[in-house]
Formats: sequence, structure tokens, C-alpha cells
Amino acid sequence: MTQAVTQIMIEATEIGMTLGAGAARVDALKGVNLSLAGGELTLLMGPSGSGKTTLLSVLGCMLSPTSGSVRIRGRSTSGLDPEQLAQVRRENVGFVFESYHLFPTLTAAENVRLALDVRGDRSPLVRAKADAALATVGLSHKANAFPRSLSGGEQQRVAVARAIVGDASVILADEPTAALDSENGQAVMTVLAEIAKDPARATFIVTHDPRITPFADRILRIEDGRIVGDQRGGANAGTVRALKYAS
Amino acid sequence: MNLILTLASRNLFHDRLRLIATVVGIVFSIVLVTVQLGVFLSFERMVTTMIDHAQADFWIVPSETRSFEESSLPSGRQRLQALSVDGVAAVVPVVVGYASWRKPDGGASTPVLVVGAPTNVAGLQPWNVVAGAADELSTPDSVAIDRSYFEQLGIAEIRQHAEINNQKARVVAVTSGIRSFTTTPHVFASLDRARAYLGVPPNRANYYIVRVSPSANAAMVRGRLAATLSDAEILTPDEFRHRTRVFWLSDTGAGAALLGSAILGIIVGTIIVAQTLYSSTKDHLKEFATLRAIGSSRRYILKVILAQALISAVVGFSIAVSIDLSLVKITRDAALPILMTPELSAGLFALTVAMCAIAAVAAIRVVTRIDPVLVFAQ
Repeated sequence: MTQAVTQIMIEATEIGMTLGAGAARVDALKGVNLSLAGGELTLLMGPSGSGKTTLLSVLGCMLSPTSGSVRIRGRSTSGLDPEQLAQVRRENVGFVFESYHLFPTLTAAENVRLALDVRGDRSPLVRAKADAALATVGLSHKANAFPRSLSGGEQQRVAVARAIVGDASVILADEPTAALDSENGQAVMTVLAEIAKDPARATFIVTHDPRITPFADRILRIEDGRIVGDQRGGANAGTVRALKYAS
Repeated sequence: MNLILTLASRNLFHDRLRLIATVVGIVFSIVLVTVQLGVFLSFERMVTTMIDHAQADFWIVPSETRSFEESSLPSGRQRLQALSVDGVAAVVPVVVGYASWRKPDGGASTPVLVVGAPTNVAGLQPWNVVAGAADELSTPDSVAIDRSYFEQLGIAEIRQHAEINNQKARVVAVTSGIRSFTTTPHVFASLDRARAYLGVPPNRANYYIVRVSPSANAAMVRGRLAATLSDAEILTPDEFRHRTRVFWLSDTGAGAALLGSAILGIIVGTIIVAQTLYSSTKDHLKEFATLRAIGSSRRYILKVILAQALISAVVGFSIAVSIDLSLVKITRDAALPILMTPELSAGLFALTVAMCAIAAVAAIRVVTRIDPVLVFAQ
């Protein structure tokens, strides 16, 4: 039997992140090691203040780690300035936020096209790409709707379309279902799980929501800035690998 | 439409109250600047209108003459001295002076500026004659006035009689658009009548208009005139215009007052636009953070802010120009009309854009420091 070769899309090595200074100093991440493979949907779960969002920000090149390194598709992000990090984000990373962060004055299609526009993609195919992304999330019929006329679930699916339209190799989602009811959360996760099957894309979701664990290929647990659990779902369900503390 | 423009315009029009405040700021500023600069421009032209309409290659003016209206009375030898200079084709005397005009009904007197020149040679005759004829100034006691001063001079129609310095004056020609920048009307008369009204001795004049022979070298003629007339200055029309403008616009402080008001308008407008753009940007901070998070460059965000400023400028300028054109129309017959030239309009548009771009600096400072991590804040 042949096994599909999975590609590592993002790799974090010995990530440390210290926030604040003096008495307010907090070690938000402590020696985090992590690889995300294409075609996998990985959940990161943990209590509030455990470092989930900080890790997401570091993986998404919004924050530079105090120590350690992040490689996206083999390219190190160490030493890059904010403009270079922005370039890495627009070329490689698609974000989905808890509060959607759609532009209220733009239609669904325009919100999706914005992700291409910031990349400088003004080709005649831009509209077709946006339409295809909206079709992927099942919202072709809402292309001309403004966010205020969409339900929370629909808005989040537009945000997913915005994240995937540029063929990002990493999708990073921060609590994508937290603001949604069960039905809408299910719909959004169904879409995310479907797009996560693409072997050219790793999907990483930070969540508190236990309802979405069935969608995961892998579940990471974080506490006090350390990855303390790495559980394989699907075929590997139940094989929980406890990690040693990095300290 | 370009997505940057779409986003910028929708952000602007989404918050109508703020947009109105921005546009009002721009309109206020640009209308104020236009009025001041339009009056300045009008003033600049009006102070030289006599020089502009004289057929002169050179002006012989008394030493230290500061403006057309302010002149001493040099000796009468200058005309003959000038005529003796090789290359001079004609020397036309011009008499200028203030006098008192008594209305036909005998009411209160009003000051006028009498301008006298020979009627039989080209020099300085009334132009834009709309009733009667300039030639009639050669008939006894004849004068020409502008129709816009009829009421001020108590004149209802051509051929009416009045008095200048207690001497008869009969209106034989009526002009249109020859207005003084002061409240003192111009009154044209023949050279002899003007001398009589102003008490200027025969053979004397305030200025001499010199015309050079077509075959002569003007610069050399000027040099010879200067050498011959040691107690006078030889000025080209441009030099005389410049000197008159400098006197009225700089020396009297009138220009500084107008320009000062214009600068004040620009400052106030810039502050208003800056304040509204800044607060708009602060309100959309999360959207700009989202743009940054999804990888937009700073340059892209700057374009959005500048596009907002530019759209505000275009909207504000369009409204301001409509108001300006109305003001131009309303003041057309005023003592000091507001003048709008294509150059002034183009300059004002550039000024509006520059003002809005400068006003965007504060907003730009905010977005260039934006932290994309802001998107995770609830």
C-alpha cells in the first residue's frame, strides 16, 4: 500500500515568547515545538491564558517570537521586519477570526477579493477566484450581500472564503465557532474540514469548543505556554501522545 | 472600480455625519481662500487697468512714482526732450488727478479720478464704450464714465451734465467694466479738459506715453531717453505694472491682509479635515488591523487613507467651486469683484488635494503604527 507523502507547511522550533516587562512580564510560550502538515486539520485547545492566541500570532507571523524559529514552507521568518512578515502572511497565511472581521462596507465578494487585492493580484481572474471561493463555502448566492445582511455563520464562511482565496498554504483560525450557535458552528466546521483535506494546505484552529473535536485530524493541548498533549484523530483516534515538558 | 477606491469611498459615505463635517471643512476653507485670492487677483488686475490699456512702449514717469494714481507733476520740458530722442515716434501726455464730482441734482460731491489724454492720438482713451463715442471727448466739457458708477455719480443717462471741481462736465460716452479698485470712479476727459478740471498748467502732464519707431531698437531708445531725462524714470509697461502692484498690494498692506485671510482659511480647513480623517481612521482601526493581518503592506493602507482624503477633496472642491462661481456672478458688478481664472481654479484644486493629503498625515501616523494582533482583541 502506498502512503501519501505529507508536506510540512509550517514548523515551529523551541518557540519562546515573553510578553510585558518587569512585574508584568509573562512567559506566554515556553519552548514550543510544532509541525503542521498539509491536508491536516489541527485543533489547539487549552484554558484561557494558556498561550493559544499567542502561539497563533507567532505561527501567523504577527508576532516575532522571543526565541526559537518559525519556518513556513521551509522559509525561516527569523529576522524579518514587519513589512517582510506582512509579505509572508499575504503569500502563505489565511486567517479566520472569531469576530469575522469582515469589512462592513464591502460586499461578500469584495471582502473575498480584498485578500487578492492586498497581494497585488488585479488580474481578470480575480472575480472568478472570489466566486470560486464563495462557492466552496456555499455562499455563491450571497456574493453581493453586505455583512450586516448575513447571519453569523454566513459571515464566518465569507471569512473562510477570504482566507482560502489566495491559495494560502496555512489557514489559521482563532475560535471560529465561538460566536456561533451549534448549527452555524457545525456549518463553518464542515467547510473548514473540507478545505483542510487539501494536501497543499495545513489548517490550524484555536478553540475552546469541544463540539468541533470530531472534525480534527489532530488535537494539541496547551497549558501554561507548553504543548502538553498531541492526539491524533481519525484513523489515529485514541493514540494520545503525552509530551514531555520542555523545561 | 479599484477596490482601494471602493473601500475608501464606502468608508467615507458610510458615516455621513462625519463626511458632512469633512466636506463642510473643505468647502469653508476653499470658499474663503477663493474669495481672498479672487479678490487679490481682481485687485491686482484693477490697479493696473490703465497701464494695461494704454498703447505704450515706455512710460516716462516722475522720479519716485509709486503707482499710476500717485504722481507728481514734473516740468513741461520732458515731452520736447523726449521727442528729440532718436527713435521716438510719439510722446503722449497723460494727466491724472483727483477731483470733486458734483451730481446733476446738486447733491453731495463725490471724489473722482480724472484721467486725461489727447483724443486724436493713440495713448490712453476709454475702452469698452457702450454708449456714445470716445471721439466725442474732443467736444467741449465732455467726459466719459463707466455705467457701473451711474448711481454713485447721480447720472441716469448719457448727455447729462454734472460738475467737476465746479466746472461743467457732460457725459458723452459710457463705458462698461472700467472700475476702480477703490470707491473713487474714473472719469475720462480730453487732455485739455483734464488739465482744466485739475488745475494743471498747459504743457504739463503727470506721465508721458512713449511709442518707439518700428525700425528703432527699443532698448537703445530707452537708454537714450534715460540719459536725456535725468529727472524722470523710463519704465516699460511691465515695470510700471509691477511698481503699481507692489505699492497697492505690499506697501499698503492690502495684499498681506488678503493673503493672510487665505492662509488662515487653509489652516482652518486643514485642521478640520485632519480631525475628521483622524477620528474616522480611529473608528476603522480594527479594519485597518485586519488589512494588516491579512498581509497588506503599509503602502496599501496608506493608499486607502489617501484615497479617502482625495475623495473628500474632490467632493469638497466640487461644492466649493459651485459656491465660488455663484459668488463670482454675484460680485461681477461690485467695486471689487471676485475673479476666477482657470489657473486659479486649477491651483485651488491642487491646494485642496494638498490640504487633504497633509490632513491625512495624522491618520497615517496612526495606521503605520497599527499592530495586526489587534484583530484578536475582543
